Amino acid sequence: MYGWGILKTLGMTLHHFIMTYVGDIQAWLQRRRGLPAATPGRAGIFTIQYPSERRELPERYRNLPFFVIDAQTEQLRCTACGICAQICPVQCIWIERARDPETGRPRRYPLSYYLDVSLCMSCGYCAEFCPFDAIKMDHDFEMARYRRPGFMSARDLAKPEAYHAAIHPAGYAEEKKGQASEPPAQED
Amino acid sequence: MVGTLGIPIDFPTEVWERLQERFPGMLRPAEPPELGDVDSYPEAREHRMVRAVSRSRLMNRPRYEGVLVHARHLLPVLRFLRDELGYRYLANLTAVDYPEPLEQFPPHIDVVYHLFKLSGGGYVTLHVHTTREGSILPSITPEFPAANFQEREVWDMFGVQFEGHPDLRRLLMWEGFDGFPLRKDWREAYYEEEHKPYRSRFPHGGSPLYAEDRTPYHANIRVSGEVPQDASSLNEEDFSLADRLLYERMLSADRDQDKPLKTEEMILNMGPHHPSTHGVFRMAVRLDGETVRHLEPVFGYLHRNHEKIGERNTWLQNIPYTDRLDYINGMTNNLAYCLAMEKLLGWEIPERAEYIRVIMAEFSRIVNHLLAAGFFSNELGMYFTGALYALEERELVLDLFEGASGGRMMFNYMRPGGVAQDLPTGWLDQAKALVHERLPRKVRQLEIFLMDNEIVQARSVGVGVMTADEAVAYGVSGPVLRACGVPYDIRQAEPYGIYDRFQFDVITRQGGDVFARVALRFDEVWQSLRILEQALDQIPEGPIQSHRLSPSMRIPPGETYGHIEAPKGELGFYLVSDGGANPYRYHIRSTSLLNLTPLSLLTRGVKIADIVAILGSIDLTMGEVDR
Repeated sequence: MYGWGILKTLGMTLHHFIMTYVGDIQAWLQRRRGLPAATPGRAGIFTIQYPSERRELPERYRNLPFFVIDAQTEQLRCTACGICAQICPVQCIWIERARDPETGRPRRYPLSYYLDVSLCMSCGYCAEFCPFDAIKMDHDFEMARYRRPGFMSARDLAKPEAYHAAIHPAGYAEEKKGQASEPPAQED
Repeated sequence: MVGTLGIPIDFPTEVWERLQERFPGMLRPAEPPELGDVDSYPEAREHRMVRAVSRSRLMNRPRYEGVLVHARHLLPVLRFLRDELGYRYLANLTAVDYPEPLEQFPPHIDVVYHLFKLSGGGYVTLHVHTTREGSILPSITPEFPAANFQEREVWDMFGVQFEGHPDLRRLLMWEGFDGFPLRKDWREAYYEEEHKPYRSRFPHGGSPLYAEDRTPYHANIRVSGEVPQDASSLNEEDFSLADRLLYERMLSADRDQDKPLKTEEMILNMGPHHPSTHGVFRMAVRLDGETVRHLEPVFGYLHRNHEKIGERNTWLQNIPYTDRLDYINGMTNNLAYCLAMEKLLGWEIPERAEYIRVIMAEFSRIVNHLLAAGFFSNELGMYFTGALYALEERELVLDLFEGASGGRMMFNYMRPGGVAQDLPTGWLDQAKALVHERLPRKVRQLEIFLMDNEIVQARSVGVGVMTADEAVAYGVSGPVLRACGVPYDIRQAEPYGIYDRFQFDVITRQGGDVFARVALRFDEVWQSLRILEQALDQIPEGPIQSHRLSPSMRIPPGETYGHIEAPKGELGFYLVSDGGANPYRYHIRSTSLLNLTPLSLLTRGVKIADIVAILGSIDLTMGEVDR
């Protein structure tokens, strides 16, 4: 029958509309019981009411890089090897290796480390290729600013190891396992 | 006896090589026979041709594919390949600039043609050399319409004139732009060094500088060879040339001299904004009343010289950039580029990684096809209902992508030799639930929602019809090609990865119209779900990466054309390596751009409201069109 398709289509939209409210009532009941409200994949619209509701970010979610402050030494883990500056596709990492003032030999920490956060494409290569687990990708995505932040130093972007362990539980466990099995890197 | 292709046919390769070693430069193949001679070998023709192609090693560079053809034999050879041997599908046409003399060649520009058979079985590469100054080649567009945009792009980017091209305007840059950006001696604004990583970044640091501080903006615009001191000295006339050529073309093309009524025609510009919310695109339309007489697409508003960036980057640095081409299908872009690299590297991929790649690629196809169909409702003016229903399902697939790769659109997930990370725990169960329970139900709903709707049918059946022969000649690919009844799917014609292990059908539809193109996308979603069911069941445990990657990874010298069946069609990467850490040439056979080649043909004579429906049924992403 001509027009049956249109009726089906309209019925579908109506069903979707009603299911959205049914879902909303269910979510409201969930919230009253203190359970997480957002259930992606339910019927109807499943929009999350950000910022009052928040989606749980997957562990591998990546935003800007941050620099891990080691729990034992309380220093940046970075050894200024420069691999991150090499692999960075947009070349937004500027790094200068510290030198011993007397001998002039390179030291294993950065003299200066700058990251142009307005250029960073969040590809995660620096974290992936860092041999010392010194860079990790952050989960903080609320970065709106009134001014261009531009160059940020490693100190500005540093976060404690406990934070890294909290947002990357599986990755952190693997890292610890790897450290236990591998001999510590030789000092040069 | 000697073939047209400049190398001896039926001549043992070793003997030929020994002779050349012994008498360098003194022996050369006899005069290439004219077309008539080639035609006079009816029986052995195919046999000889194929052997000639596989044996070629012309430049003194390993793995230089294909054969070298003199410009004056190009058309006869192409005709021969097309008409006699069945290489009907001109997939890719691009160029490589060699400003330094190679071992036996002076500085030249090498124009490369890749041809395929629709029955599968490898490709044929032809190389034609032309000089860097005043380079002129015969245009093949009159006989191979598929070359239209590609020749224009080569003219735009390399400055190779194609004699006989009906409309040789620049494709991506504006007329009057000075220089040819993909030549090796052309330097972009904010030029810093030939190759990344830039030396200023490590270990001496220096003071960090913003790019715009390093090179002031105004000093980098060049028009007609002069470098103006500031932007105010640019003449408006310099920029108006672009439109003058376009409008001349608009007024002259497809003129009907015997029109019974001398009605006045008008030129209407659709764009450059989002004519169908796809990106910044412009269509200049010549209208007679509401009927389209001629349509000319205008590109380049999103052009960022991706290929030049790719040649500055190291091999690995390009992977996140490919995400930004067709930003709906980052996964398949990654995959195509990694497959091309692996072809040059000769790497084997671990089993589990192959499965992960197939799973990601098929999810990507589902997302793309649902979006294409959903946004098609948008194109027809059913504002956003269908699109948002499609986006709901896409969100769920993106959750999966994000869980595995960390990005919802910019995945950076594939690597040469495997994938970046293994799937997280619980990922497969989540994916299975989606594939087995939710997606079939929702896809069916969306299919009924769009395809059974009489209004959609009235707007799309019989609109924008393309025949199978036209589709092949114009070089369209993917669902657009299969909707014309051509069963060409690279997953089955030339299975890459492990596609030969899965049961699925290549769906075709016979209509060739807008309806067939959209309906075919739903058919393909069902096939993708079939593949996913098998892949999610069979995926083994094991390693996901075969090699330890180094940031300054080098690739052995050679060239290759790697292509996959991306959701929108054939996505190819033509890579030339000179053995360094950066690609020497990095060309993308852009699906979206080349599927637009017949747009002018499809829209001739339709009503203006149908233009957007036709455009939507082709399914394009401007990030890939303009690159």
